[in-house]
Amino acid sequence: MSQADLTMEGHSTGLTVGPAFSIPTKKLAMWLFIIADTMTFAACLVAYGFLRNGTPNWPRPFHSITNVALMTFILLTSSLTMLIGLRSARLGDKAGAFRWIMITAALGVVFAFLHIREWLGLIDEGMTLLKNPWGTGLFGASFFSITGLHLTHVTCGIIALIAVGVRYKGGRYNADDIEVLGLYWHFVDLVWMFVVPLVYLLNLTH
Amino acid sequence: MTPKTAAEEESGGIGKDLIVYLCLLALAGLQFIIAYQKIDAAQMLTRMLAVACVEAGLAELFFMHLWSEKRTFLWFVVIFTVAVLLGMQYGWTDSFRMLVGAAPFSK
Repeated sequence: MSQADLTMEGHSTGLTVGPAFSIPTKKLAMWLFIIADTMTFAACLVAYGFLRNGTPNWPRPFHSITNVALMTFILLTSSLTMLIGLRSARLGDKAGAFRWIMITAALGVVFAFLHIREWLGLIDEGMTLLKNPWGTGLFGASFFSITGLHLTHVTCGIIALIAVGVRYKGGRYNADDIEVLGLYWHFVDLVWMFVVPLVYLLNLTH
Repeated sequence: MTPKTAAEEESGGIGKDLIVYLCLLALAGLQFIIAYQKIDAAQMLTRMLAVACVEAGLAELFFMHLWSEKRTFLWFVVIFTVAVLLGMQYGWTDSFRMLVGAAPFSK
């Protein structure tokens, strides 16, 4: 065997080594994105906690938990419908998977609608990015930044759900693509579990 | 016994997912109950964050199927994430200093 053959064989061996951690590349990429995005949200929440702790006149503008409880229920339920959609896809039930993905997207739309309605209510009460009637103006900036970042993720998720769902139905995507999208959707749900206590429940008027 | 792969997990019944979903709902409800307890803000924050961490763990392990992945990957995600999150906590003492000295941005 010539040196060139040996070199080629060496290269080919290198190329046929499986993906890192033996999981599909798309899934690994999504996990790496999720880890990076965790840092983004964590930085926002830690900065928010820092300001809240260091500011004596921090406002407590929330009177009711009904809206945020409903939003939490909807987002958690959308995670379950996403799982059912993925399960249907794994079992080869294309119509069922598409239906459940669209139900997940619809729940995401309801969540976004409730979120925007809440924002408009707070804006009506005089809250903006820089000032509010209850205390330090930092509250508006941190509230809109954190919930806005989360709402942006939900909106991107809804668009991705519809796009991937339609392409899956058309045969261009498979169950693995739905699993990767599911990871993102569950992550959005996971972040909400930290946003609710820190941003809403700690700022309830008792 | 070797752990099931994500695909094997998903081709099974919905029972486990439903149980995890109900647990998550219950834990979310617990956070709302804690919000109405007559305790100081630091205790409330600690309890709520503890519940949120359990919720996040359940969601990651079962909804995101991390439990079914290779153990090396599971540890990679957990150790890397926890290390960075802990690293972000270095500034808390400074926030207490600002509280005592009345933070300039609070006026």
